Amino acid sequence: MEQGNVLSYFNLFKLVLSRDLKIALRHRDDVLNPLLFFIIIITLFPLGIGPEPQTLAKIAPGIIWVSALLATLLSLDRMFKSDYQDGALEQLLLSPYPSFIWVLAKVIAHWILTGIPLIITAPVLAGMLNLPTESFLATFWTLLLGTPVLSFIGAIGAALTVGLKKGGVLLSLIILPLYIPVLIFATSAIDAASYGLPYGGQLAIIGALLVGALTLTPFAITSALKVSTN
Amino acid sequence: MWKWLHPYANPETTYHLSDRVIPWFGWLSGSLLTIGLVWALLFAPADYQQGDSFRIFYLHVPAASLSMGIYLGMAIAALCGMVWQLKLSDAAVAALAPVGAVFTAIALFTGAAWGKPMWGTWWVWDARLTSELVLLFLYLGVIAINNAFEDKQMAGKAASIIALVGVINLPIIKYSVEWWNTLHQGATVSKLGKPAMSLEMFWPFVVCFLGFAFFVATVTCIRFKTEILLRNSSRPWVKNLMLEQAK
Repeated sequence: MEQGNVLSYFNLFKLVLSRDLKIALRHRDDVLNPLLFFIIIITLFPLGIGPEPQTLAKIAPGIIWVSALLATLLSLDRMFKSDYQDGALEQLLLSPYPSFIWVLAKVIAHWILTGIPLIITAPVLAGMLNLPTESFLATFWTLLLGTPVLSFIGAIGAALTVGLKKGGVLLSLIILPLYIPVLIFATSAIDAASYGLPYGGQLAIIGALLVGALTLTPFAITSALKVSTN
Repeated sequence: MWKWLHPYANPETTYHLSDRVIPWFGWLSGSLLTIGLVWALLFAPADYQQGDSFRIFYLHVPAASLSMGIYLGMAIAALCGMVWQLKLSDAAVAALAPVGAVFTAIALFTGAAWGKPMWGTWWVWDARLTSELVLLFLYLGVIAINNAFEDKQMAGKAASIIALVGVINLPIIKYSVEWWNTLHQGATVSKLGKPAMSLEMFWPFVVCFLGFAFFVATVTCIRFKTEILLRNSSRPWVKNLMLEQAK
């Protein structure tokens, strides 16, 4: 084989990542809709519960995080769907490169497109929910460390249900229970911050979950994709 | 050992093996449960604090620990299926999941019935209760994905992946909710060491537990047989078997 035709792992990673980002940016609705969904859900809570600032401040961490979970869940369906339908996924699986690399690139592309917009809009929404200012930094950190975990774990479910016609509800049934640890540690970090307590411990655990997800889930995602493409 | 195990990779041999062991498991479970439950519910001494309502313990604790044990067994079967590509493992996962889900539901239901007189409430968001509820969700996820695929082989593999991901997550979920909130009492019966209850109460528990364990084995073997037949329905031995039974 000619040397020029072989991609280094890093170049493969860059190639898949930039391809996924480019495709997504040409279908802007796919990126904007989950974000819009996130904002609308957060708006519904004060309407349902009542506008008292103290009540809202108490439940704000939970609302922000549950909405982030649901928004991520909504966007998961898109992760492998078009590649599965046009056959690109099978070609990637048949390619001589380790699947770990391009799976990692695809999941990180998904996180850039859904996680980062959530992180950027969260402070505004937290302000609207009357979250104390001490918790803003904690909210930022938990979202920064936590949303990639959501993308990685969710990718397993997305890979398993990609070939199914009605995968959406099944996906949430499989994936939501696995999101519980992230939810618990993230909201308790924000709570601790609002009382002025240290929250480094919770952040460290979310970071550990992230490292675990980063290293282990690509294997599960690959075998799930192999099942789906048969 | 491999030589001894090797014939059981063949669905037909395993089908006949489970056919043979079912009556044994069934009789053992029936007699142990009769002895154990009569002993536990009528003759074992009442608790000095909780009175007679503690007797639901003999149902609650075996169901709860078996619900976790079944999940572990299911995950081991899933792992074997992934590593050695055994098709029978998929059948085992499919056979175990609903049994485990029912036992988890029994544990939750008896727990609620016990909690009402003791804690004054059906349900609290306590660590153990929550993780048992999450366990139920994980079981339901495995069952749902098993039913979602048309192709039985794909369904089995997908369910195995979910079962394995669940078993890695289960300890994390368990410790995270424990850290989050705890009200439930500590474990009364541990495997090692002396039980923290009097022996008069403990022995009926052992009999009940074994009875339920054999009950799980019986039901699982029956379901396992059905799964094997479903997966091999086009094979000649299945047709012959059906023709024989139709006579």
